[in-house]
Amino acid sequence: MLDAEKARHELEAIELKIEELASGPADGATDAQIKQLREQIRGLQADFAGFTSAWKRVQLARHPQRPHTLDYVKHLFQEFTEIHGDRAFGEDPALVAGFARFHDEWVMVLGHQKGRDTTQKLHRNFGMPKPEGYRKALRAMRLAAKFRRPIISFVDTPGAYPGIGSEERGQAEAIAKNLMEMARLPVPIVVTITGEGGSGGALAIAVGDRILMLENAVYSVISPEGCASITWRDGQKAELAAEALKITAPDLIQLGIVDQMVPEPPGGAHTSHEEMARILGPMLHSALNEARRLPIAELLEARYQKFRRMGQFFREAAG
Amino acid sequence: MTWFRREKQRLRASESSQILTEGLWIKCDGCRQIIWKKDLEPSWNVCGKCNHHFRLDARTRLRLLLDDEQYTEHDAGLESTDPLNFVDLKPYRERLESAQQATEMHDAVITAEGKMGGRPAMVCAMEYSFIGGSMGCVVGEKITRAIERSIAGRVPLVIVSASGGARMMEGTISLIQMAKISAALARLDEARVPFISVLTDPTTGGVTASFAMLGDLNIAEPGALIGFAGPRVIEQTIRQKLPAGFQRSEFLLEHGMLDAVVPRSELKSFLIRSLGFLSS
Ligand SMILES: [Zn+2]
Repeated sequence: MLDAEKARHELEAIELKIEELASGPADGATDAQIKQLREQIRGLQADFAGFTSAWKRVQLARHPQRPHTLDYVKHLFQEFTEIHGDRAFGEDPALVAGFARFHDEWVMVLGHQKGRDTTQKLHRNFGMPKPEGYRKALRAMRLAAKFRRPIISFVDTPGAYPGIGSEERGQAEAIAKNLMEMARLPVPIVVTITGEGGSGGALAIAVGDRILMLENAVYSVISPEGCASITWRDGQKAELAAEALKITAPDLIQLGIVDQMVPEPPGGAHTSHEEMARILGPMLHSALNEARRLPIAELLEARYQKFRRMGQFFREAAG
Repeated sequence: MTWFRREKQRLRASESSQILTEGLWIKCDGCRQIIWKKDLEPSWNVCGKCNHHFRLDARTRLRLLLDDEQYTEHDAGLESTDPLNFVDLKPYRERLESAQQATEMHDAVITAEGKMGGRPAMVCAMEYSFIGGSMGCVVGEKITRAIERSIAGRVPLVIVSASGGARMMEGTISLIQMAKISAALARLDEARVPFISVLTDPTTGGVTASFAMLGDLNIAEPGALIGFAGPRVIEQTIRQKLPAGFQRSEFLLEHGMLDAVVPRSELKSFLIRSLGFLSS
């Protein structure tokens, strides 16, 4: 990993020099060469993406400046109109939902929402929803289904909130109900894991027809720290756990859990929200169009089979 | 296909039970009395003095629930291929092997078919002593197949949970099993084939947050620990002691999360009665 990091730095230095050259006096031949070099560098950067350590990605996924759901809403959707509440207990700011226009079409957008400063972080409960958040999400999705509007979901949470109230109000039931209902909602659902895909609290809005995942997002059954403290009995071993759990986009594509990796701008999504949205936008659109091509019955059958096939890692024991 | 017979099986199951400590005597968690283990057998591991429900292994559970203590087991040989090649302090493969040897099972659930009150029933029983009853791809697949069999044959389904949740050593694959099983349950629901979820001690994490809470009826044994987050995680998060009885069956009943808390002695008759109502 260290070698890869070193090489990446060298690549960045070369890139800077090229940009210096590019800012010099114009000259047809040099310009053509510069263009070629830039392309090569982009290729190398893409190769390096595959070598970024899992732990580095965990840190990038948690970066405070990383774009959150409402940032994507701002850059990719028009006329976003937020809706609130689960109609049963309360309103949960850790999970936002609302309708908006996406490429001239009404869609339901929902996602976990983290805060950036301390006040916002507390208000958003660090992106950890309570049962009412998941129930609001389901209410929003059912509303979308009723009026045949597609659903676009953004996943970015450390996990569902573990607290007394969460348990009293049925965190487990809320998540379970979402899993069952999302499997059969009769509209296209496109899911993007944008940051932290933290266990059941992430999965609860991550059942869909297409699953995209950002280059530096992670998606895991347990946090690396949690895993380390249980298995190694040492939370400091989180780096090892992150690697062992196979939680990165390349790993999860290989395991058949994620469909497509969304590249991030060099350095990570936090370096430019606009650039990140510019990359994600067209991929979301084509994922949605792909899902929409199928008649609803076929779409639901495909969705069922998609999850049905996940995790075929068993054999018949001899004898 | 494996058929089990009464006397031999009951003896072996209680002897190999992971819950009962070594030796012939056990201290009851409820009343602190020392009990001769044999005395627990006729009551299916329930303390005669204080009604404390000791854990019940999966095989004994199936004999408790199915007529003549007989059942046909499905997919008994299915075992994990260790998809992540997971190694922490010791390889997952070794953990699997020792669990297999200790339980004489290939993974943490038995899916079986038999009769309950004279009518066909599909019963899945989880085995807590197999890596904490955790759900990996084998548990996910076996339960999904059981649900699909229930749909195909219109056979009512009962799942008895006893699990710490998703199996960490299979990473995100184990997480996704929650979605896979829940999708199959959506189909069972649409087929209007009944499903009763029985939550036993303990049922937490990804198992609670998927099939265990999706029954047409969700019922629990008395005193079982049931929740999404584990009590220690909650204590660490909120930095305060949890109230007595928190996340126990009776607590969930009080908060509207369960249809009933049913003592083990009445479990089978409760299920038969419920399936009478639910089966059209
Ligand atoms: Zn007792």
